[in-house]
Amino acid sequence: MILKLKTLLFDKIWEKLMFAFITRRIIQAVIVMLIISFIGFTIKHHVGDPVRELVGVSVKASEREALREKLGLNDPFFVQYKNFLKNAVKGDFGISYFFKKPASQVILEKAPATLELVFASSILIILLSIPLGTYCAIKPKSILSRLIMGMSIVGVSIPVFLTAIMLIFLFAVNLHILPSYGRGDTVPILWGMWDTGFLTLDGLKHLILPVIALSSIMLPLFIRLIRAEMMEVMQTEYIKFAFAKGLSKKRIWFVHAFKNTLLPVITVGGVQLGIMIAYTILTETVFQWQGMGFMFLEAVERSDTSLLVAYLMFVGVLFVVVNTIVDIIYGFINPKVRISGTK
Amino acid sequence: MDKWKKFKESYFLYSFLRDPVAIVSFVVFVFLVLASFTAPFTAPYDPYDTTTISIMDSEIPPVWLEGGEKNFVLGTDSQGRDMLSTMMYGMRVSIIIGIGAVLLQAFLGVVIGLLSGYIGGRVDAFFMRLADIQLSFSTLMVAIFISAIFQTAFGVGKYSEYAVPILVLIIGLAEWPQYARTVRASVLGEKEKEYVEAAKVIGFGSRWIMFRHILPNTLSPVFVISTIQVANAVMSEAALSFLGLGMPVTKPSLGSLINLGFEYIFSGSWWITIFPGILLIVLVLVVNLLGDWLRDVLNPKLYKG
Amino acid sequence: MMEHLLEVNNLEVKFKLRTGGLTAIDKVGFTLDKGERLGIVGESGAGKSVTGFSIINLISKPGYISDGEIIFEGKDLTRVSEDVLRHIRGNRISMIFQDPMMTLNPVFTIGEQMAETILAHKNISRKDALEISVEKLRQVHIPSPETRLNQYPHEFSGGMRQRIVIAIALLLDPAIIIADEPTTALDVTIQAEIMELLLELCEKNETGLILITHDLGVVSQVTEKIAVMYAGRIVEIGSTENIVANPLHPYTRGLIKALPGSRGTGEKLYQIPGSMPNLTEMPKGCAFHPRCELAEGECFTTVPELMQRGNFRRLAACHKV
Repeated sequence: MILKLKTLLFDKIWEKLMFAFITRRIIQAVIVMLIISFIGFTIKHHVGDPVRELVGVSVKASEREALREKLGLNDPFFVQYKNFLKNAVKGDFGISYFFKKPASQVILEKAPATLELVFASSILIILLSIPLGTYCAIKPKSILSRLIMGMSIVGVSIPVFLTAIMLIFLFAVNLHILPSYGRGDTVPILWGMWDTGFLTLDGLKHLILPVIALSSIMLPLFIRLIRAEMMEVMQTEYIKFAFAKGLSKKRIWFVHAFKNTLLPVITVGGVQLGIMIAYTILTETVFQWQGMGFMFLEAVERSDTSLLVAYLMFVGVLFVVVNTIVDIIYGFINPKVRISGTK
Repeated sequence: MDKWKKFKESYFLYSFLRDPVAIVSFVVFVFLVLASFTAPFTAPYDPYDTTTISIMDSEIPPVWLEGGEKNFVLGTDSQGRDMLSTMMYGMRVSIIIGIGAVLLQAFLGVVIGLLSGYIGGRVDAFFMRLADIQLSFSTLMVAIFISAIFQTAFGVGKYSEYAVPILVLIIGLAEWPQYARTVRASVLGEKEKEYVEAAKVIGFGSRWIMFRHILPNTLSPVFVISTIQVANAVMSEAALSFLGLGMPVTKPSLGSLINLGFEYIFSGSWWITIFPGILLIVLVLVVNLLGDWLRDVLNPKLYKG
Repeated sequence: MMEHLLEVNNLEVKFKLRTGGLTAIDKVGFTLDKGERLGIVGESGAGKSVTGFSIINLISKPGYISDGEIIFEGKDLTRVSEDVLRHIRGNRISMIFQDPMMTLNPVFTIGEQMAETILAHKNISRKDALEISVEKLRQVHIPSPETRLNQYPHEFSGGMRQRIVIAIALLLDPAIIIADEPTTALDVTIQAEIMELLLELCEKNETGLILITHDLGVVSQVTEKIAVMYAGRIVEIGSTENIVANPLHPYTRGLIKALPGSRGTGEKLYQIPGSMPNLTEMPKGCAFHPRCELAEGECFTTVPELMQRGNFRRLAACHKV
């Protein structure tokens, strides 16, 4: 088994995946980033006044004009866009006028909070949806299945922010057992670059409600997805053949059906990440969670365009990276994709 | 008369009458729609009429709790507005925006899907790439973004004035990819079928073929998505309003009400947020349940036991 | 009387649908001895596949065996526990399906899918299981079988895939193989090859074969016994030789007449007029009477029983014979 893994890793990655596949993905990624950056820049260009953000209102018109010239704000559109791109590649998105710090720095400070939230939610979703979804597919008429499916519909009908509010209302306001806002105590790791809430009990306590809220919409979706896919797989000829071969039910469900179910679930899962990021905006707002989502909302309210654009770009990069990873994982599991890379 | 008879005997009605969930959902839905659209006549107060609102009436609890008043059955909010009335008006706004947005997305999506599928080539590639990007970012994110831009560009005042059509526009623009993709898939499937070849041979023009022949066959999945999309649109509007990017506080939808009431759950006036919350959940839930039932009925695959 | 390897008596399979019940096959019975080859012939929907599946109880819901018995190696397979049944499937009675691309799981290697079959029934090491697999692949004439074990189904051609499926069916040296339209999904040029292979292996290992097909031509060359099915019932059963030379039932006669080549070159191909009735709308009396030129009197009112005709072991269900 280990030997098989080794051969898999070395042979398959280097030969079959590397060339055709990854190059294609990189090109696609660049195109997507260009489009996003263009949109971002257009926003930055047309919305808000950078000069006013920098120096306020009480500055003379002539000085302001000089500042505009100096900042290159009178240059033609595409020249400005070019400069924007040049800076963007270096990671410079301008200064957030509110935080009085480079936008990229603000984002990097806030990112860990969001990433930890998303990570913990994803783990919860995976750990729960697979057993529940599989169970519902195998015994669709049992009471437990119907209950789970019923709760799924309800779960999907409750907007994230409402779940968050109700959780706070129940656990924080009424029962007083969990905190209602913030991250709690965090501990810096990775040479101070990352403030984690995972390592303190307080941090973990603060994590519970937001994670439940964030997972609440995605979990029912995944349960239904896994159930639907698995039920379809169970109707296939090869599953029937597996029965004809006399394989045990356990093997048929958890090895054969499972692997085939995983494929479409992974593709959909990747897409759901996008939705998850939107929901962090909502969740973080309710819990006053100092992450990127909350920062984004405040930036909107304050018209802090540098931050807005920086957020957009960051999320764009995140997408492309995650989608690529998802594709690679998919390629690992689906042999048809794997092979088509080489020959 | 004939069509009514056909309907009465159809499998559609048969399965509806046998499904208690569908019946209850439908009844509740009709009730909610009626309640919200007759609000100007049936609501005890007019929450938009500032002359009837007094700050002295703010934060009154619902009638069954201590401190409640008979005039304000479900209590009042922080500005003194009657919860029940405001919720009814708010629900009306939510429903209007929900349905309006879906009509827009359906229209956009169907047209783009048809063109994309039938013409193919660069047009197809462009729209599908755009759809992909929009879908990756998740339509909620796109909606948040567009509304943020609109608000910064138009200013909060103007934005609030035209909030309803703006929101319809935003959610419509954010969600067309779903429809486009579905319709396009149908078109691609139908394009290969023989009746299209036949029509071409007879000499019908492309537009004619597209609209009169292919379109009717792609409509079934469109109906199925639509109910779910209405639920989604209502939720999106609620989310946007909650974030302050939607309906303003003066003409609140359920989402704005929830936003308004949120801070008060800590100080004890929980009803300001919880009641609109429950109403929102019920509304979305019944639409989802009806949508689920509709999907089951229209999907022949599920006929087997 | 010698005991048969497989004895099917009075088999009835029903389907429970939302709109009511449906009888898919009715009063189906036949025997199979060691090494014997039986062909079950009929058009689509006649119930031949259902019969095949019901032998090892693989009928998917909402279908179920409502009556009858299936005696195999001393046990009635309709009453035996799921566990016992599982150990018969793939081990004592194997089944081959129609389309090998759909039969093999696309995300597992051939080696995996073969080894697991053996390991499900025998307590041996994985290495040994793989060795047996290689041996069987060799028997079905797959070149360099050792390297093939690590390949995936889509890396093989249609014909090779079916060979692999046959190999899987033979892995545990079963007493009977049920082949449901094994060549229908293959290229015409490969069909003969695969059929020959199947025949060769069955003869060599003395494996019983139940060949389910609509192709009377193939059946007449491969099998020793034929059962003709129509609308869920067996209408004629007897030795291949006899049936082909002297078909009794009008339907069988029509099938033989419809074989290309039976009428001489240049003649129009014969087709039995009409089509088989939908199982939900069966005509009263004999199911074949709307298409039968001999139909009269009883044919419209009573369903004919399968009865002995002549002194050879031949049965036919017809009032007019």
